[in-house]
Order: sequence, then structure tokens, then C-alpha cells
Amino acid sequence: MRVYRQRIRAVQATKKITRAMELIAASRVVKARQRVAESTPYARAVTRAVSAVATFSNVDHPLTTEHPQVRRAAMVVITSDRGLAGAYSSAVLKESERLAELLRGEGKEVTPYLVGRKAVGFYKFRRREYAHEWSGFSDSPKYEVAREIGERITDDFIKEYDLGGVDEVHVVFTRFVSMVTQEPEVIRLLPLEVVEGTEAPDPDDVLPLYEFEPSAEEVLDALLPKYVTSRLFNALLQSAASELAARQRAMKSATDNAEELIRKYTRLANQSRQAEITQEISEIVGGVEALASAK
Amino acid sequence: MSKLHVELVAADRKVWEGDAKQISARTIDGELGILQGHTPLLGVLVSGDVRIETMSGQIHTATIDSGFLSVDHDRVTIVAEAVDASRINS
Repeated sequence: MRVYRQRIRAVQATKKITRAMELIAASRVVKARQRVAESTPYARAVTRAVSAVATFSNVDHPLTTEHPQVRRAAMVVITSDRGLAGAYSSAVLKESERLAELLRGEGKEVTPYLVGRKAVGFYKFRRREYAHEWSGFSDSPKYEVAREIGERITDDFIKEYDLGGVDEVHVVFTRFVSMVTQEPEVIRLLPLEVVEGTEAPDPDDVLPLYEFEPSAEEVLDALLPKYVTSRLFNALLQSAASELAARQRAMKSATDNAEELIRKYTRLANQSRQAEITQEISEIVGGVEALASAK
Repeated sequence: MSKLHVELVAADRKVWEGDAKQISARTIDGELGILQGHTPLLGVLVSGDVRIETMSGQIHTATIDSGFLSVDHDRVTIVAEAVDASRINS
């Protein structure tokens, strides 16, 4: 009985923690979703501008040109910094493993770029090589981080293969579909395919014939890195929202589980208390009978 | 009434939206003023001030870092990575 009481106390303490984490995640996920929504006007404006330039000028840009032969592909894996978010990080990592397998099957080398401590831990534990890591911000990513990642991968993309450059960039992140569904997803970031993505312009939304200031090339030069960054930023924000939603769900089921355990142990404790009492009574009755017959 | 519909957008939020008479901003080539009826334009902005004169004649000034500006059919979108909107009183 004492053991049961102890267990109940332990589970109650755990429940308090998971409950608190659930509430924290719940309040943060709202903010994270808001940030996704707030970054959309920017993403839309950039996408619209890029597609305008791409449609009305035949400018080739290094960032949009397909390499004739893809020998090395970069893979940006976006995971969380902390655990206790259910299958969130492992789902992304599994997806990234699948992508790596696929790319290797096409005869490409894979260079991983890791975002979030979970991915770093995953690679370190397996003693695998990776190109670069960023971590420490996963549940509220800043725009500067997206820019830093963007600059690094565009630099590597422009670099020659022999100097360690990459010919393709893929991003593995988690799309926030709803509070209950978050799906790991892969997008190819570079070379750019301008029309794909969620912010594709409406077909009936006719783009006007723009004048470019100073010139189409220079506008494209300035725009494309921003486009890359804005897509990365969007991926980071969606991942952050997904992480928090996943954590909220994981913690909710942990709390439910703890409640279940407490109920079970309370029953067991009551049962054993009852058994003890019954035994005591039968011992007393037995003693009385023994005394009576001894007379 | 002729007017421009203006959106000022930063990377992480929409800073300002509304109607305006005139906008001036600094592009790579130099100062650029936009009035109603401007031809469609996509311009690269360098860091500096963007001035928006609203319909009531009030002037909003925001400091941006590098960004760009697009104009079409009297809809102006000013996009910058970081916008200092502390001087915009909305």
C-alpha cells in the first residue's frame, strides 16, 4: 500500500509538469501561427515580384539555372531544439533519410545542413558528417536566422562543385496543416522554380508589363536572395508552429496517461487497504474463537 | 478621386496599409517619386527613408533597409526586410 501511495505521488508530480508544458505550448502555438500569418504578405509580395520579372524578361540568373549534371545536393533539415514533442523531430528525420536515399540512388552526393539540436544530435550520435548547423531558436525563429541560412546555402550553390559547392538544395520541414495534422514535407529550394508553392498567383491575376529600375537583371539579382530567404523563413515558421502543436498534443496525451495511472493506482491502493482491514478483522475473529474454544 | 493604394510590408509583418497621394523612396538610381497613374514599375530600393503622403496630407516616414517597390494599377507595394516604423503614427 505504501508503494502505491508513493507511485501516485510520483505520477502526480509528472502530471503537473506535462500539464504545464501543454499549456505553455498551447499559448505559444497561437503566437507561432500568428507569425506565419504575418509573414504571408511579405512572401506574397516577393513571390509576385519574382514571377513578374521571370515572366517578362528572359534573364538568366545563376540561382534559376539548372545544373546540367547534379553531383552534389544539399539537404536542409529543420527540426526542433527540444524533445517531448511526440514524433515531430523523428518524422522530419525519417523524411530526410528517405530523401537522402533517393538522392543517392540518383547518383548524387548528399550534404546535410542541420537546423535544430535534435537533428545535430541525430547526426553526431551516428558519427555522420554534416556541413553546418544552426540551433537555439526553433520555436521562435527570427528573420535574421533565415537570412543567415539563405546566404550560406546560396553561397554554396553558386560555388563550383570542386570547391565544395552544391548543385541542388532541398529543404525538409514540417508543414503546419492544422492543429492536429502536421506533415513533413520536402521542397526543392534551388535552383528556383518560381511558380510552385502555396503563394502561386491567381491565373486571372494578370501581371502588368513592368518597367524595371535600374534593370531587369539587377532587380532579379536583388530579389532572388530575398525570395530564397522568405521561403526559408516561411519553412522555419511553419516548423515552429508544427513543433509547438506536436508538443501540445504529446503533452496532452501524457497528462491523460498520468490521470489514468493515478486512477489505477488509487484503485489498487484502496483495494490493498481493504484487504488489510479484512485480514485484520478475520485475525481478530479467529483469535476470539481460539480463546473461546480454549476455555 | 485619384489615389494610390499603398502597402508597406516588412519580412515578419505588414507595417502600414492605406491610401496615399504621393510616395517617395530612394532607389539604386536615385530618388523616386510616385503619383497616381504611374507606369507599372519594379524598383530596387536602398536603405533610407520612405515618405508616404496620405490623402489628408499627413506624412508618414519609415526607415527601411534594402528592399524593393512595385507599382501597378495604382497599387504600390513597398517591401523591405526590416522597417523602422517608430515614426509612423497610425
